[in-house]
Amino acid sequence: MRKGIQFAKYSILALLGMVLLSGCDKSQFIVLDPKGPVAQQQLELIIISAVLCAIIILPVIGIFIYITVRYRDKPDNKAPYQPEWDDSRLLEVVWWGIPIIIVAVLGFFTAKTTLALTKPPVKDVKPIVVQVTSMDWKWMFTYPDKKIATVNYAEIPAGVPVQFILTSDAPMNSFWIPQLGGQEYTMPGMSMGLWLQADKTGNYFGSGANFTGKGFAHMQFKVKAVTQADFDKWADQVKKNSPALTTAGYKDLSKPGLSKELSFSSYPSGLFETIVNKNGGKYYDHMNHMGDSMNMSGMNMSGMNMSGMDMSGMDMKSQNK
Amino acid sequence: MNTSGFFVTGDPMIYGADVSIVLVSVAIIFYLTYFKKWGWLWREWITTVDHKRIGIMYLIASLLMLFRGGVDAILMRLQLAIPNAHFLESEHYNEIFTTHGTIMILFMAMPFMFALFNMVVPLQIGARDVAYPALNAISFWLFFLGAMLFNLSFVIGGSPDAGWLSYPPLSENQFSPGPGQNFWIWGVQISGIGSLATGINFVVTILKMRAPGMRLRDMPLFTWSVMASSIAILGVFPILTVSLIMLTIDRLFGGHFFTMTAGGNPMMWVNLIWMWGHPEVYIVVLPAFGVFSEVVATFAKKRIFGYGSMVFSMIAISVVSYYTWVHHFFTMGAGADVNIVFAICTMIIAIPTGVKVFNWLFTLYRGRITVTQPLLWFYAMIPCFLVGGSTGVMLAAAPADYQYHNSYFLIAHFHQVLIGGVVFGYLAGMYYWWPKVFGFKLNDKLGKWAFWLWQIGFYVCFMPQYALGFMGMTRRIYTYNQTMGWDMGWAPLNFISTIGAFLMGAGFVFQAWQIIYSIKHGERDVTGDAWNGRTLEWSIPSPPPAYNFAILPTIKGRDSWWYQKQEMQNGTYKQEPVKYEPIHMPKNTGVPFIMSCFFFVAGFGFTFEWFWMGIIGLIGVAITLFVRSFQYDTDYYITVEEIERTEKALRNNASVQRTAN
Repeated sequence: MRKGIQFAKYSILALLGMVLLSGCDKSQFIVLDPKGPVAQQQLELIIISAVLCAIIILPVIGIFIYITVRYRDKPDNKAPYQPEWDDSRLLEVVWWGIPIIIVAVLGFFTAKTTLALTKPPVKDVKPIVVQVTSMDWKWMFTYPDKKIATVNYAEIPAGVPVQFILTSDAPMNSFWIPQLGGQEYTMPGMSMGLWLQADKTGNYFGSGANFTGKGFAHMQFKVKAVTQADFDKWADQVKKNSPALTTAGYKDLSKPGLSKELSFSSYPSGLFETIVNKNGGKYYDHMNHMGDSMNMSGMNMSGMNMSGMDMSGMDMKSQNK
Repeated sequence: MNTSGFFVTGDPMIYGADVSIVLVSVAIIFYLTYFKKWGWLWREWITTVDHKRIGIMYLIASLLMLFRGGVDAILMRLQLAIPNAHFLESEHYNEIFTTHGTIMILFMAMPFMFALFNMVVPLQIGARDVAYPALNAISFWLFFLGAMLFNLSFVIGGSPDAGWLSYPPLSENQFSPGPGQNFWIWGVQISGIGSLATGINFVVTILKMRAPGMRLRDMPLFTWSVMASSIAILGVFPILTVSLIMLTIDRLFGGHFFTMTAGGNPMMWVNLIWMWGHPEVYIVVLPAFGVFSEVVATFAKKRIFGYGSMVFSMIAISVVSYYTWVHHFFTMGAGADVNIVFAICTMIIAIPTGVKVFNWLFTLYRGRITVTQPLLWFYAMIPCFLVGGSTGVMLAAAPADYQYHNSYFLIAHFHQVLIGGVVFGYLAGMYYWWPKVFGFKLNDKLGKWAFWLWQIGFYVCFMPQYALGFMGMTRRIYTYNQTMGWDMGWAPLNFISTIGAFLMGAGFVFQAWQIIYSIKHGERDVTGDAWNGRTLEWSIPSPPPAYNFAILPTIKGRDSWWYQKQEMQNGTYKQEPVKYEPIHMPKNTGVPFIMSCFFFVAGFGFTFEWFWMGIIGLIGVAITLFVRSFQYDTDYYITVEEIERTEKALRNNASVQRTAN
């Protein structure tokens, strides 16, 4: 039996080693390989929290091993045995105190990052707006200032803050581009905001993160970050060469099913706002939440006012002419 | 409703299950008839109100459900082992992860917990049964028939496939038509009513049924943990009941609480279900903490360290657990201020939990540790729960959660706390109290094989999943590398993870073998005190007689049995003269079972939207309630002669077994 246990211990170590080795290629760990300021800030918080946790775990595991070895019930064990000792004010203060301090520190950084992420990542560049609609089982992106639409891929200019405005015309999904930053839910009848930005050009993996049924596993999309010039060129190309998305075309598109990457030179006016409103948006006075209902400074930057969904859509258009 | 698809068809695995279900049923019916056991089954088990027997039935049911949930897990891991696999189709995979989650939490963890409640609490506080024995039987049968209704969906009507918490609008008629989702609602609803009743029962039992002299601060920590857990049940299970009724109204009567159109608000469901769902995970983990406290003190042969601190931290956990639910949807745009509050509340929960770990370690410090099977599971919990708890704190940092949410990082985290904390805890409890309930210990050697397979399997299965989360793999995808030409490099780690799942499965097989083997060959416990225990349950024979305590003990302080044993050794213990008195006991009753059967009929009817059947079922429930309230002959007395006879037999039996071994 003892041998069995030894063997078991070594095999755990060997297997853990294998796991670590097999994951050596750092670029595959996309969450840990950020390409934009939002993902970068989130990674910093991940590292801070991991370090703070390690400060607790490692010593405790050390103490645990020491105690279990030293106080085993063996005839020749000389370690003290105090069966009635059951309290120590000092020790209690120590182990209530240390976790409280750690939580306070982590709470501070959490609050700081939370507030920071409600604002556009850089202040001196004019942001662009991309509206995102999750459908069964595809993603539609509409560009209010360019009046073009795409399905299952998005192009964005690198170095420019992007305000994604999210809704859903199907069960709620979640919009996630790990290398640019964390996700936000897309919900029917609501429109919510998420600031992201790519610092470098490149193709980034995006996916739906919240289960939406049969075709959910196929809801991945590509985000192509290109230079501003290339972005404008691409938009012109789409404008020139792609078909228009008509109301009937949208109806077809929104039927459950998968889709290829598609581009459209135009879309029915106010499509995104219509989607939000028909799914219950008219019942609520929704702002485009940027994750902060109090601090609306981020809102104003993109030229929206907060008087409700219908309005904000209109404003966006007039501002971006 | 179209019922042409009444029986689930088209999948060879389902046909296999159909055949095995029929075969097992025939075998059971044959066995009961051939050996004339129907009467025995009815008298001894189905109508019993004895908390020990109810506990045993809970345990059997939960182990069966662990098997079913485990098979689901293995099927999922098989599908994900290689990219582009065609082992399961999308909808089948979706059904399997939905039933896996629902079964493991509601039909495995909950009944396993109630098994421990029932087997232990009355014995620990020196009571002869719970406060409401018939209600206790109702709780069990509601759970059991709710679970059976849910499991029936596997072969009749089709399983639910909208995830274990059934987020609308996906779970509404528009996207999930048919009986599958209704099975989920009614299975959970019926067993949930049972859980709520159990919560009430144990709060009252602990407050009102303690042996004379036992103050609250003399109670064993397991009993305290049951108290904390039951209080949380009282607070949150009504929310579950109401949420399910609202979803029922949406689905059956065309309501619009959570629909996409007509002003329905799906996010309201998400709030409600997590107001129940988050405290629910603390409800299941608190009793596991209680188990560890008993196990550690017993095998360190030392008083539990920081008793006051332990009690305070459990109550703190059960209270703060009400204020953390939003951390399940930081990414739903509640706003920065809301996110910060709930992030910090979530982190605060880690403080009392961490304190408990320190107190357990310092109970071992300056003790004399005997390593036994229950303690091994405690040892396994410490590193596992520490790491799982830490990743929980990492998840609590709201902005970082934007990157973890719905990813395999989250999956790895909650399996690590739920397996490392809850399952390891319950298994420790099972090994610890097994000799008390059944009168024999579980085989050591097979137990160690099971233990190490579980341990290795666990880390091999779930550590890669943390890495997969960082690689951007989201939960609930049935296949990967299939669309868009992305190769994210998920394949090797998924393969390793599948190996781990199989190792854990092998561990479970060893445990099943261990139980069967030990029934015949396990070391018999003739003393009633198999582990040199500290608390009252070890002062009576194993298994205890129906009335538990022939004479109710008088309690002088914490760990009273331990100190009584010391006095007995010193010779300072003064044996009171034995004078038995007739014992007042509750009578068996068939009402709980019959009533639960009517609930089953109602649930089945509403599931298929056969309202006539649902209403018949509910009328049946009302009638059984009515009948029960006019039953006056519900109790009896055990005579002094019978007590004398039983106690003598228990002693003789013990000596016979002693010579046999």
